[in-house]
Amino acid sequence: MTLYLPIAEMSVNWLVIILLGGGVGFLSGMFGVGGGFLTTPLLIFYGIPPAVAVASSATQITGSSVSGALAYWQRGQVDLKMGGVLVAGGVIGAGLGQIVFTWLQSLGQIDVSINIIYVLFLGVIGALMLKEALGALLAARSPTPGPPRRRGHVPWIAALPGRTRFYKSGLYISPLAPLALGVVVGILTVIMGIGGGFIMVPAMLYLLGMSASSVVGTSLFQIIFVTGAATLLHATSSRSVDIVLALLLLVGGVAGAQVGVRAAQKLSPEKLRLALALLVLGVAIRLLFGLTVQPADVFTLQEAG
Amino acid sequence: MRALLLLLLLLAAPAQAQTSRNPQRNPGLISELSQARIDINTTFRGVELLVFGAIQYPGGRVPDTAPDVAIVVRGPAEPVTVRKKGRVAGIWVNTDAVRFESVPGFYAVATTRPIADLADDRVMAIYELGVGSLQLSPASGESEAERAEFEAGLIAVKRRAGLFAEDPSGVQVTGQVLYQARLQLPSAVPVGEYSAEIFLIEEGRVVASATMPIEIDKSGFERWIYLMAQENSLLYGLAAVFAALASGGIASLVTRRR
Repeated sequence: MTLYLPIAEMSVNWLVIILLGGGVGFLSGMFGVGGGFLTTPLLIFYGIPPAVAVASSATQITGSSVSGALAYWQRGQVDLKMGGVLVAGGVIGAGLGQIVFTWLQSLGQIDVSINIIYVLFLGVIGALMLKEALGALLAARSPTPGPPRRRGHVPWIAALPGRTRFYKSGLYISPLAPLALGVVVGILTVIMGIGGGFIMVPAMLYLLGMSASSVVGTSLFQIIFVTGAATLLHATSSRSVDIVLALLLLVGGVAGAQVGVRAAQKLSPEKLRLALALLVLGVAIRLLFGLTVQPADVFTLQEAG
Repeated sequence: MRALLLLLLLLAAPAQAQTSRNPQRNPGLISELSQARIDINTTFRGVELLVFGAIQYPGGRVPDTAPDVAIVVRGPAEPVTVRKKGRVAGIWVNTDAVRFESVPGFYAVATTRPIADLADDRVMAIYELGVGSLQLSPASGESEAERAEFEAGLIAVKRRAGLFAEDPSGVQVTGQVLYQARLQLPSAVPVGEYSAEIFLIEEGRVVASATMPIEIDKSGFERWIYLMAQENSLLYGLAAVFAALASGGIASLVTRRR
C-alpha cells in the first residue's frame, strides 16, 4: 500500500492519495469546479510539503480539466478569442505569481501566506455563494418570480479603451478587462495550486457579463493552459512537481468525477449550489481555525537555503 | 546466515590476537553492517540497519564486566533554518529564525547504557555522542538563551520525524565480546553519504573506535524521476504536463464510449 514519492521524498499510502483524488473528483464532478482548493489543503494536511502540494495539484488540474474542456469544445461552447486573451493574462500572472512565491519562500512565510490567502478567498467567495444560493432557494419558494437579472458588464469595464468583439461570448469590450482577470487568476494558480474556476466563472458572468453558455467551456480552456504554465514554472524554479503524486490524484479524480456527475443529476441545482457554498465556507473556517490555534510545533525547519 | 558465519569467525578473533607478537595496549574493534548501501525504491518504507561486530581484547584477556559500546549512525550535514511561530494579530506566523550551519540529516545513537552514565560532557562533545552533544554551529549574533531555545526546537522536530534518535539500551553485548545494534531509518531519510561509528568506552574514555561508510541513494524509477526533475527540469515539466493531458484525454475517451 505504500509508495515512495520521489520529489516529496516521503512514502505515502497510495490508496489514500487515490481516494483523496476520488473524493475531490466526486465533488468537482458534482459541482462543476476543479477542486484544487480542496486538493492542496488536504495534501498539506496529509503531510506533503506545501510547495510540492501546490505544484502537483496544478499538474493534476491540467489533466482533470481536459475531458470537460473537450466536451464543451465539441458543443461549440468555447470562445477561443476570449480564451486566448485570458490565457495570455494567465501566463503573465503565473510569472508574477512565481516571483511572489519565491519571495515568500525566501522569507519563510510561504505556508502561512498560502493559508491566509486561502481563508480570504474561500471565505469571501463562500459567503457570496451562500447568499446567492439562499436567495435562489427562497425565490423558488415564493410564488412571484423576481425581476430577471440584467446581463451586462460593470460600467468601468465599458470605459476601457480598444473595444473589440467577442462573438461567442456576446461581448463588445476592451480585451484589457479579461486580460487583467487572467493575470489575477494566474497569480492565484501559482500560489494556491488551484485552477481558479470558482473565481473565473463568477467574474466572467457578473463582471464581464459573458453569455452563460460559453463561460464554463472557456474557463476550462483557460485553466488547462494556465495550470500547464504553472507546472512548468514550478518544475523549473522550485523543482517541486511530483509527477507520481499528480498521476495518483488524477487516477482517483477522473473516476470520482464520473460518479459525481451522475450524483449531481439527482439533485436540484439550487441545493447543489448551497452545498458547495457550505463546503467552501467549511474549508475556510477549518483553515482559519488552524491559523489561530497554537500549533503543536512552534518550530519548523527549512533545509539548505 | 552470512552474519552468523561472520560472528562465528569473529569468536575466534581473540585467539588470533593472543598469538600476535606485539599485543597492542588498547582493544580493537571488528565491525560489519547489514547493508553498506541502502536503495530508496518505489516500495521504500524506511529500513532497519544492523550494526554488529566483535571486540578484540589485547592478549585475549576478556574482562569480567560488560564493556560499554556506543554506535552512531549519521547522515550528511547541511545548513538548516529553524523558524519559530509567534502570535501576530491572532494568527500564528513565523517570526524569528536561527540558521544552523551543520545539522546532520539523520543522527541515531545506540548505547549499552544511558549516555550520561558512559562519559562526561567533554568526551560526549568530542565524539558527538548523544543528540544534545551535536555541534550544530548556530549562526552567531543570537543570544545564548535564544540559540539554546532554537536548538531544542530543532531537536524536537527532528526527533518527532524519527530523524534524530537515542536508544540508551540499543546495543546488546554477548559474552563481553560480540556487540550488535539495530537502528531504524525512517522513509524520510535524506539521501547521501552516511557513516556508522562504533566506540568502545572504558571508564569514561573512548579506547577504540571504528568507522564504516554507508551510502543511501534513490534507485531505479525514483532515481530516474528525481534526476530528471533536477537536471532536465524543463523537459520534466513538459513531460508532467503531457502526462496530465494524456491521462485526461484517455479518461474522456473511455467515458464517452460508455
